[in-house]
Amino acid sequence: MKLEAFPDAARRELADAQLRANLRNATDTIRAKRARVVDELTDWQELREAGRGIKADVLANLGRYLTSFETAVTAAGGTVHWARDAAEANAVVVEVARAHGATEVVKVKSLTTDEIGLNDALAGAGIHALETDFAELILQLDGDWPSHILVPAIHRNRREIRDLFARTIAPGIESDDPEALAEASRAYLRERFLNARVGVSGANFGIAETGTVCVVESEGNGRMCTTLPPVLVTILGIEKLVPRFEDLEVFLQLLPRSSTGERMNPYTSLWTGVTAGDGPQELHVVLLDNGRTKVLRDDVGRQALHCIRCSACLNVCPVYTRTGGHAYGSVYPGPIGAILTPQLVGIENAKSLPFASSLCGACYEVCPVKIDIPTVLLHLRAAAVRAGAPRGERLLMRIAGFTFGSAGRLRAVQRAARLVQRPFVRNGTLRALPPPLRRWTATRDLKPAAPQSFRDWWQSR
Amino acid sequence: MRGRLWNGWGDERFPRTSVQIALFVTCLGDTLSPEAGRATVAILERLGHEVFFPPDQTCCGQLHANSGYADQAQALVERWTRVFADYEATVSPSSSCVGHLRAHDPSLAGRLFELSELLVHRLGVEDVGASFPHRVAYHPTCHSLRVTNVGDAPLRLLRKVRGLELVELARADECCGFGGTFAVKNAETSSAILVDKCDAIDESGAEICTALDGSCLLQIGGGLARRRSATRTMHLAEILASTGPA
Repeated sequence: MKLEAFPDAARRELADAQLRANLRNATDTIRAKRARVVDELTDWQELREAGRGIKADVLANLGRYLTSFETAVTAAGGTVHWARDAAEANAVVVEVARAHGATEVVKVKSLTTDEIGLNDALAGAGIHALETDFAELILQLDGDWPSHILVPAIHRNRREIRDLFARTIAPGIESDDPEALAEASRAYLRERFLNARVGVSGANFGIAETGTVCVVESEGNGRMCTTLPPVLVTILGIEKLVPRFEDLEVFLQLLPRSSTGERMNPYTSLWTGVTAGDGPQELHVVLLDNGRTKVLRDDVGRQALHCIRCSACLNVCPVYTRTGGHAYGSVYPGPIGAILTPQLVGIENAKSLPFASSLCGACYEVCPVKIDIPTVLLHLRAAAVRAGAPRGERLLMRIAGFTFGSAGRLRAVQRAARLVQRPFVRNGTLRALPPPLRRWTATRDLKPAAPQSFRDWWQSR
Repeated sequence: MRGRLWNGWGDERFPRTSVQIALFVTCLGDTLSPEAGRATVAILERLGHEVFFPPDQTCCGQLHANSGYADQAQALVERWTRVFADYEATVSPSSSCVGHLRAHDPSLAGRLFELSELLVHRLGVEDVGASFPHRVAYHPTCHSLRVTNVGDAPLRLLRKVRGLELVELARADECCGFGGTFAVKNAETSSAILVDKCDAIDESGAEICTALDGSCLLQIGGGLARRRSATRTMHLAEILASTGPA
């Protein structure tokens, strides 16, 4: 499955002026909030280092932590399933839903279930998956898909949402007031929560020593899904483990401040196996690989698995904030998507993604677990070139390499450039050049080669 | 080894005296913006130092590294290290090339400097005797901020320039959209980023936008020229080299 090339997808998204305005507004707000609450912590850098260290330890000893987690979940009355890929994980959920005669499951917002295409798999088995996160619900009603990790409908403004609700769940709604919109979704969802037999969630963290699953969310709808239905299925990417309960101390500081710009997360749900008379009486935890062990084998790329899905890198990325998430062609957009997706689906299927960055480094600076995204991007760019770069580009790079191999050759090329550019120079600037430089001059002037290069000036002085 | 006097730097027991410094002008600077290189020479000579230009120099390999041609990039880094091996101190008017080289060869730390770093952190000079009576916006380039980590060295230098008025630039630390081959491979995205940078510069009321990287200035200058903005770009070195009303 090859993804659409990023430059083509980006061109389409950039044409939507409303999208760009919505993105700018939303990311500016989150960015400012994040900066404020991060600045007030004096030990932020130590926290980041602790987060990085814990994740690195988990990845280095993953097998041990996974079996420990399985043992603990089983001892607490839950059932653990191991899924090598999306198909195996989806099959578990379908099977559980069928066993309980469910025609609908209620879902907590979850990227992992989007990654494996769970909703489509359930639909194929005649089971409706209801998204209960406010933003996910908006997208589901609209047949749209998420464009941001944390704020999936960031590309929509409230007037667009009011119009959508009027067409679907709240005929006649006139107000685009956030409270009125929330009320409309609440009325629609409450009844579904009460009647649901099966809930489905992802997980932010799984605690290896206790078998506890942790989900953080802002609305409380997630907690409805994990407490009201008698059966709960949780899909957990294997990299989401942390060794000990107290490790949450680090991540529950890092995550809310980085993602929503809050000091503390509003709804933090933790559950361990099954408790008689309280919450779901049947718990299934699906441990999902789906390419993660392949990523683990790459010494440089592995750190992408540190990600705690905070989305701070999206909000500061000059590329993401212009193109939005859809251009990345995956549930993981932005800088983290540019390094995670190619590793999960294979570089040959996503060759253009590692190039969807100006390498400005803003992502690395804000990452709460210190993923060195620019370094991984360069690493994956090299892999993309090895997997096959356009012939013209290869040739140009070889010529450039040859030219830079000797000062004499560079000087000859400089002289040639001064001659070749002559017919194109107008008033000391280049305004229109043939391909491939036309892609530069379409929107920008280009400075021509100087009449006298520095080395010629130096020699003449 | 040339540049023996370097040994006394940073040590207050030694008087600051003339230092021999090699200049890495960069391939882009050599070809498209020789004025930044000439200005660098002018500043250092004015301060009494001796500047060398190793004639075999070409490119640092960043073009290849950032485009995914890692082997060719490595060959160019190694070539660069050979060409500059004899110099104890090298300066370049490009934070991006300096950062790239130091990342690939950590032994270059303490030997290879971006211009503002050299002046402020190594030579201990903030007032270089410049005069430039204009309104100037400073764009801190991404690599100078986050890779080469020059800190506030450029601002300290600009604040000491006679007649210069430093104006506020909104979202200053946001990328200009250049990104090397990114500017061509993802031309539309690069241009969308550039539009916002040019808007901010225009709104700042600056006559001049300056930065430490000729590459970013190529992008910003190209964008400003296309929209016929009244603001033009100059490398920081050119401002620091100025001694009278330009």
